[in-house]
Amino acid sequence: MDAQITIPQSRQDNTFQRLVRTFRVSAWLGWQIEANWADPLVFAIYALIKPLASAAIIVVMYGIITQGDFGQPIFAYIFIGNAFYIYVGQVMSGVSWAVIDDREHYRMLKYVYIAPIHIPTYLLGRGVAKFVFASISVFVTLLAGVLFLQIPLDLLQVDWLLFIVSLAIGVNMLALMGLMLGSIVLLLVNHSFGMGEAVAGALYLFSGAIFPLEVLPEWIRWVGFIMPVTYWLELIRRALLPDIAAGFPTLASLSNGQLLGIMLGLTVFFAVAAFLTFNYCDREARERGYIDRTTNY
Amino acid sequence: MDLAVKTQDLSRIYKIRGGKKEEAKELVALDHVSVEIKRGELFGLLGPNGAGKTTLIKILTTLLSPTSGVATVGGIDVAKEPHNVRPIINMVSGGESSGYGLLTVRENLWMFAQFYGIPTKVANERIKELLGIVGLGDRDNTKSSDLSTGLRQKMNIVRGFLTDPEVLFLDEPTLGLDVGASRDVRHFVRGWVDENKGDKTLLLTTHYMVEADELCDRVAIINQGRVLACDTPSRLKRNLQRDAIFKLEVSPLNGAGTGSFEKLAGVRQVTHQAQDGQSILEFILEEEDVLGRVVNTMTNQDIHIFNLEKREATLEDVFVDLVGKSMKEVEGDSDS
Repeated sequence: MDAQITIPQSRQDNTFQRLVRTFRVSAWLGWQIEANWADPLVFAIYALIKPLASAAIIVVMYGIITQGDFGQPIFAYIFIGNAFYIYVGQVMSGVSWAVIDDREHYRMLKYVYIAPIHIPTYLLGRGVAKFVFASISVFVTLLAGVLFLQIPLDLLQVDWLLFIVSLAIGVNMLALMGLMLGSIVLLLVNHSFGMGEAVAGALYLFSGAIFPLEVLPEWIRWVGFIMPVTYWLELIRRALLPDIAAGFPTLASLSNGQLLGIMLGLTVFFAVAAFLTFNYCDREARERGYIDRTTNY
Repeated sequence: MDLAVKTQDLSRIYKIRGGKKEEAKELVALDHVSVEIKRGELFGLLGPNGAGKTTLIKILTTLLSPTSGVATVGGIDVAKEPHNVRPIINMVSGGESSGYGLLTVRENLWMFAQFYGIPTKVANERIKELLGIVGLGDRDNTKSSDLSTGLRQKMNIVRGFLTDPEVLFLDEPTLGLDVGASRDVRHFVRGWVDENKGDKTLLLTTHYMVEADELCDRVAIINQGRVLACDTPSRLKRNLQRDAIFKLEVSPLNGAGTGSFEKLAGVRQVTHQAQDGQSILEFILEEEDVLGRVVNTMTNQDIHIFNLEKREATLEDVFVDLVGKSMKEVEGDSDS
C-alpha cells in the first residue's frame, strides 16, 4: 500500500464550509455571467422589455378571444400564473443551463469538476442570479398588470406570510428540479440545448399556469396533479388574489396548509430524487466520457 | 517507494456509435497500462495524437472511469474515491480557448483559488506573482476573452499552478503556443518542480520530442494505448547509441518507397518524408559500414544524394525504433 498524499493543513475545511464556499463563489460567477454581458443601460432595457413582451403575447391573445373583456377573473388567473411562470423558465432551466454553458461555451466544466467542490451545490449556486433577474421580471410584469390591465392586486389584502413561504419553498423546488435536469443534461450530448425549454414548455401546459386543469381532458389531468408547480401557482394566487383563486375549482377542496404540505412533500421528494439522479448521472457521465465532451452543436 | 501516481493494467475502451442501426464499435484507448511515477518526479508521456495520453490524464484526474485496472493518485483510488483525489491535483490542457471570457484574468484565477479554499489575501499575492512570472503581470484586469490564444493558455497554466497541487497534470501545455511562449512555459514548469524537489509531482503529456527530452526526469513512450518503453531520456537514447543514425537529403523517390532499403541487411529502420521537392530519409543502421550498401542501392536507383549527416540519437529515433514509423507517419495513418 502506497502512502497517501494529504491535503495541506491550511486548506482543510469541513463539509459545511466547503458547501458554503462553493455556493457563494458559484453564485458570484452566475451573477458575473448574467449581469456582465451588456452595457448596464442595454441590460436594463432587456430586463424590462423581455418579461413585458412575454406578458403582452398572452394579453393580446386573451384580448382577441374575449374581445377585450379584461374584467373577468380568468384574466387575472392567467396573468398571475404567467407572471410567476417566469421563475420556472429562469430558475429551473437556468440551473441546468449551467452544465451546457460550462461544458460547451466556456469549456470549463472539466476544471470545475476536478476542483474540490460539491458539484450539485455549484449548479444550484449558478441559479441564484437567475432567481434575482426572474424576480425583477416578475415585479415589472405585475406592476404593468396593476397599472394598465386592472389586475386587482391589493397590497393590503395580500397574505404576505403565505406568499413568502410559498415563494421560498417554490423557488427551492424549482432549483432542485433544475438540478435534476442538469444531471440528465450531463448525459446528453447533442440535444442538451433544448432540454430545459422542453420541460418548461411541458410544465406550462400541465401545471395550470395559463388555464385551470379542468380545461384539460380528464385522462391527462393527473400529470398536473403530480407537478409541484401546480400547487405552487395555486398558493401564489391564493396569497396575492384570494378572491380570484377561490373562483376556480381545481384545488378548492384543499386548505392552504394542505397545499403547503403537499408542496413541501414534493419538494423533499424532488430533493432526494435530484441528488440520486445526480449521483447516477455523474457516475454514468464519467463512464461514458461526457464530462468534457463538446459538440459545437 | 513513495509513489505519486500508479496505474496497474489500466485499460479504457470507448464505444463509438455510428448510424442509428450500426452496432457500437470499440476503440481501445488504453491497453493494460502500468506506470509508476515517483513523488517529486517530472514525468513525461510521449506519443502521437490518439496514442492514449489524454485518456490516461482524464482517468487520473477523475474525469473518466477506467474500463478495467486500477489507478491511484497520492495513494488514493481515482475511481473509488474521486472526491479525495481532487483536493491534491490540478490539470491544464493545451490547445483550447477555455476560460470565462466575461471575467478578467484576475477574477478567473481568484475564483478557482476560492474553489480550492485558498484565502483571498494569499490567492491575490500568488496570482500577482505567477502572472508576473509568465509575463501577464500587466493584463490582470483584462477580460480573458480579449486575450490571444497564447496569453489565455498562459492564464490557464497559472490556474494550474495557483492551487499549489501535490500532483499536477499538464496535457500538451505548449500546444498552439509560439516558440517564445513555449520556451517560457517549459522554463517555468522545470523551475516549479526543481523548487519543490521531492515534493510536487508533474505529469506532462506531449508529442514534442524536444519538450520531453529537455524537461522530463523520465519518459514513457506510448502508442496505440500501450506503453512501449519507460526510462530516463538519456537511457532511452543510450540504447540506440550503438546504432548509427544518418539523415540523407536525396532526390525524390518518385513512388519507389523505402522497401528496397528496408530489405538491406543491417538496416533497422527507415523513415521517409517529402519536403521542398526532396526526400528526407532517416536510417537507423546496426553499424556505420551498412551505409555503403545504402548508398550503392541509391546509386543503382539513380537517386542523387544532396546532403548526408550522421547525428546523435533523439527520442524521435527511440520512437521510430519502437514503433517502426515516425510520429508524423503514425499521426498521418490515424488521420487517413
